[in-house]
Amino acid sequence: MAARSGGDDLRLESVTKQFGPFTAVDNLTLTVPAGSFFALLGPSGCGKTTTLRMVAGLEDPTVGDIYLGQERITSLRPYKRPVNTVFQSYALFPHLSVEDNVAFGLKRRGRKDVNAEVERMLELVELAGFAKRRPAQLSGGQQQRVALARALINSPQVLLLDEPLGALDLKLRRQMQIELKSIQTEVGLTFVHVTHDQEEAMTMADTVAVMHAGLIEQKGAPADLYDNPATTFVANFLGQSNLVEGEIRRAEGDELEVDVQGMTIRVPAERARVHSGKVWVGVRPEKVVVHSEAAATDATNSLPRGRVIDVSFSGVSTQYLVRMPWGQELTVFEQNTGSRPLLHVGGEVDLRWRPEHTFLLDAAQDASAGVQDALVGT
Amino acid sequence: MTTLTRTPGDETAEDPGTPGGRGRWTGYLLLLPGALWLVLFFAVPIGSLVSTSLYDPTGTLETGYRFAFDVGNYIDAISTYAPEFGRSLLYAGLATIFALLLGYPLAYAISFKAGRWKNLLLVLVIAPFFTSFLIRTLSWKLILADQGWVVDSLKFLHVPLSNGRLLDTPVAVITGLTYNFLPFMVLPLYASLEKIDHRLIEAAGDLYASPFQGFRKVTLPLSMPGVVAGTLLTFIPAAGDFINKELLGSPQQSMIGNRIQGLFESGSYPAASALSVTLMVLIVVMVIAYIRRAGTEDLL
Ligand SMILES: Nc1ncnc2c1ncn2[C@@H]1O[C@H](COP(=O)(O)OP(=O)(O)OP(=O)(O)O)[C@@H](O)[C@H]1O
Ligand SMILES: [Mg+2]
Repeated sequence: MAARSGGDDLRLESVTKQFGPFTAVDNLTLTVPAGSFFALLGPSGCGKTTTLRMVAGLEDPTVGDIYLGQERITSLRPYKRPVNTVFQSYALFPHLSVEDNVAFGLKRRGRKDVNAEVERMLELVELAGFAKRRPAQLSGGQQQRVALARALINSPQVLLLDEPLGALDLKLRRQMQIELKSIQTEVGLTFVHVTHDQEEAMTMADTVAVMHAGLIEQKGAPADLYDNPATTFVANFLGQSNLVEGEIRRAEGDELEVDVQGMTIRVPAERARVHSGKVWVGVRPEKVVVHSEAAATDATNSLPRGRVIDVSFSGVSTQYLVRMPWGQELTVFEQNTGSRPLLHVGGEVDLRWRPEHTFLLDAAQDASAGVQDALVGT
Repeated sequence: MTTLTRTPGDETAEDPGTPGGRGRWTGYLLLLPGALWLVLFFAVPIGSLVSTSLYDPTGTLETGYRFAFDVGNYIDAISTYAPEFGRSLLYAGLATIFALLLGYPLAYAISFKAGRWKNLLLVLVIAPFFTSFLIRTLSWKLILADQGWVVDSLKFLHVPLSNGRLLDTPVAVITGLTYNFLPFMVLPLYASLEKIDHRLIEAAGDLYASPFQGFRKVTLPLSMPGVVAGTLLTFIPAAGDFINKELLGSPQQSMIGNRIQGLFESGSYPAASALSVTLMVLIVVMVIAYIRRAGTEDLL
């Protein structure tokens, strides 16, 4: 990551925002390193927009402070902050043409000759022929790209993007993701990107923070977050997870042993969030291998045999739903490599996976937290 | 077009898929009462006004009037009453400017800052309408009276007043006009300010516009439809007004409305009509030029 020389980290310190009795953002502490691409991921209403608005200066924190580098910007007026926002609602000026919308920020800072820059920006967002139009004469996706150009052209120290690609179709969305990412890397701006789309968050961001009900549940590099979720909410919201009840039997050395329905499951100690008592034993569906013949090896974790109750073939991969003897349904993704014929509904199977793909979560948490949110979100 | 000879019932029975077939007729039906009203009480009177303005001016109520296609009425009207025309436009223009200067901040405050007091303040803006126009204007006669507190205060502050008076001066007439038409300015302004999405103003702030720049570049242009509507609703009636001069002014402040009224009263119908038509044409031309200038055709 090419961090801009002399760039300033964005820091939120114990920031809380209350609307009357309702706490929208709860004691949030967060550092976004200069020049990094930070994604804020979370279900609707969890406080993402509110967080961005506080950074932009459009909302005052009830408690806490916001810093840009050494400077405390908590109560700096919005127009004095080197921060721009791509608004979730676009907020394009309806009385100005597309080019005047894009030029707005530069002109307010006293820049005169902005035409070339505006043109270049419009080309970047593929709206070169639309300069003279009014926002009302554009489609939703085109408006969104104008909003993007209007903020990007200012090269702010921190760019806040509130679901900036939500209205685009898949192809344009992927294209803009790549475009955004390359702009960010080139110019070394700090991006704080809010999204519902976990795939977008993981492909674009250096750091992903999963937010839930005003709190940050977990943050880290996308792969860390995915492989090693800290809560059931993260496990379910970011991708899917199989969570099975278990109880820790032995917790010595660098491997734990967990009893699940009479079988022993081994877990590396550093992947366990709890070290005694009842736990959720978690494994991602694509890490599980289904075998129709029973031939357990010691090197893998396995569960008692289950029965395939659903097979959905999607070309690249197949998703199996397997009902376990205790009634729970587990999910398995399998790449269609062709090394074995598809399994059929009703067949008995073994589920196996490697110990290092297992994670342990606190059994006090709700195993279905985040499941609905993830479905709504994508 | 064969559809013109069919009744609406035929058309839908034969060709139910014709888009807008039924809707077109419904539209005309809905227009009918309004159109009738306009023909009876606007088009016909205007026609008779215009034809009266072309009568032979030597006619009187006793001898009767004769249509003469006499354009001379207009030439006489304009040359004789040019000062009154000038005064009307000047007084109405000044009253409009003052009403805008007073009304914009008021409408802005009600829409943006009043919070839960909004409705109460709006009622207060309209409250004067509950008393008659005449009574309200007469009460200004008391406020501006020679021994009133306004004149006393101005004298105390050594503000020079002509003959030490406010009544019977242009100031009194313009004050009266401004006061009387202020609600017509405030209400359209309020309506258009109320429609502005506050997130746009936030976006301006986010894009380095200071509150003042944000006002100038976003709020003001978006409220232009209200400014145009308000100024028209103030200027047009003010230009034709005669009550304010009658109650607060002297013959030196005569406006065109006063002349028209006088001429109609003395039975000089052709001259009075010519003045009315001239005033009307003048206002229509100015309004069109103004709307063009303000660039708000598409916003109105
Ligand atoms: N001005 C306000 N007054 C009262 N409550 C508010 C206000 N703004 C936001 N909230 C509440 O705060 C919570 C967080 O809102 P926020 O807009 O930050 O959600 P979000 O995470 O951006 O959701 P989405 O993904 O749907 O945009 C919501 O429950 C919302 O109802
Ligand atoms: Mg939001």
